[in-house]
Amino acid sequence: MNLMMLLEMAVTGAGDRVAVKNGGDTLDYAQLMTGAAAVAQTLQQAGVEHLAMLDESSLALPLGLFGSAHAGLPFVPLNYRLTGGELESLLAQISPALLVTGAERVEEVGRLPGIQAVSRDDFIARARAASDPAGEWPMDPDQIAVLLFTSGTTGAPKAAVIRHKHLVSYVLGSVEFMAADESDTGLVCVPPYHIAGVAALVSSVYSGRRIVQLPRFDAEAWIELARSEHVTNAFVVPTMLARIIEALERSATVDLPRLRALSYGGGKMPLSVIQRGMALFQGVDFTNAYGLTETSSTISILGPDDHRRAAASSDPEEQRRLVSVGTPLPALEVEIRDEDGKPVESGARGEIYVRGEQVSGEYLGRRTTVSGDGWFPTRDSGYFDGGGYLFLEGRIDDVIVRGGENLSPGEIEDVLLSHEAVADAAVVGVPDVQWGEVVAAVVVLHGGVDADVEELQAFVRERLRSSRTPQSIEFWHELPYNETGKLLRRVVRAELVADG
Amino acid sequence: MAELKPGARLRSSVCNTEVMVVLTPSGDVELQCGGASMIALGTDPDASLSLSADFSQGTQVGKRYVSEAGDLEVLCTKPGEGSISLGGAALQIKGAKPLPSSD
Repeated sequence: MNLMMLLEMAVTGAGDRVAVKNGGDTLDYAQLMTGAAAVAQTLQQAGVEHLAMLDESSLALPLGLFGSAHAGLPFVPLNYRLTGGELESLLAQISPALLVTGAERVEEVGRLPGIQAVSRDDFIARARAASDPAGEWPMDPDQIAVLLFTSGTTGAPKAAVIRHKHLVSYVLGSVEFMAADESDTGLVCVPPYHIAGVAALVSSVYSGRRIVQLPRFDAEAWIELARSEHVTNAFVVPTMLARIIEALERSATVDLPRLRALSYGGGKMPLSVIQRGMALFQGVDFTNAYGLTETSSTISILGPDDHRRAAASSDPEEQRRLVSVGTPLPALEVEIRDEDGKPVESGARGEIYVRGEQVSGEYLGRRTTVSGDGWFPTRDSGYFDGGGYLFLEGRIDDVIVRGGENLSPGEIEDVLLSHEAVADAAVVGVPDVQWGEVVAAVVVLHGGVDADVEELQAFVRERLRSSRTPQSIEFWHELPYNETGKLLRRVVRAELVADG
Repeated sequence: MAELKPGARLRSSVCNTEVMVVLTPSGDVELQCGGASMIALGTDPDASLSLSADFSQGTQVGKRYVSEAGDLEVLCTKPGEGSISLGGAALQIKGAKPLPSSD
């Protein structure tokens, strides 16, 4: 098993279909395959152990991913915003490596020990110029395909290990070979170091769906690219969808007649954003995909029919499902367990555990957290409703402990988000002499509306117990998110605590 | 033939067909293509063997082929002229069900 097997099948099935497009440049599947062979040769000649990429999306991404697969080496896409000591310590973990980056950074990073740097343009040009057919690639499914440094909430970032077997089984379990029409086009605007971007690339190669890349997200640019490339499918993180909706609401029309499907993930989707999205994009299929880097992306899906049923329902339990993450993929098992690792009773809250072929849960140079019988603790808390729909409550680490009672920030955020004045909300615990921690909230109001602290506190108190009512509420213009869509509660907490 | 493992890659002895094993029963499995035993990818086929007319319906890349009992499933990774059988019984193409995709 190797990602190259999927590419080889795509070439057999549709060799001259365009695989990836960036600006005016394209690579078809056959070119991607010979390009990957050329990259593999370059890597072998360079004598390195990794191919790294410190850059925005470009054609170097598919060439790098499949080229390293061909060479049997791990591909390591890095956050291009990294500089200085942080970057050096990550590169030290993967040295010796060939590093693809923008021309302006080649000299600087090329000086680091064990790092050979090449510009993105040179890398692509060399791959395109090659004409030797692909040779043989290793078939060991345990070979590492990708290393992805995850944004740690505490301590140094750790590299999640994704092996060929994880990605291949994920794709084979969720994508039908060459199911895409020739006109299908996916817009990918998440950075290369986001597992969703890697998964989208591999899935699209297997389904035969053309990808157009948007290297730097901007709502207007997204809308224009979707329009001009007749984009049919797109993946966004929730903050991007909010920006796109705002931009479209500002303009007179929504001129995206080819758009059929929008999927999102990476972070929590506020209720008002998905509701506005569904109203604006009538007829478009919405899919919420919950997954982690460690699980090779998606483990649970709220599909288009689920979205429609929930939006149209008058039953409160069904309505709530619009903020759920749907139901687990058929090939996986998902369980909720308590602090001692025991499965909780039906409907109770706990930590989400998952088991399946696509689950890695392994980190470079660290002990795995996966149990002997294959269960991976996600560190996310959640619960299933009566119909088997999974709800997320936030990271286990974000649980607020108030006077010995565990409170979930996600539950309180969901209530705040259901208030018509609230566009976004973050709930954290702040230190308190009497209770240990108390609930604090930061709220972003919709433009042009007003709400005061007492009104929102009463709103929460009516719906949840008083211990869950935020003791303080601040109003901010926006909340801190990272580029993979995650709400950074620790940043909110740090600011609240610093303010005193 | 010997025991198969999921992920194993096999080739036909008498045509270009290649498959990857998705699901397999335990114990020895007599997997054939074009009427002849399938062999591990990378090994050389016995040149004296030839394609059987009874098993020449062809295989298609990307299609999954299953046994009647459903206990054996292979994914065709390279197409060929032969058709796949298990212990003499032809495998059937698995219907494409809509998979829950998020990408």
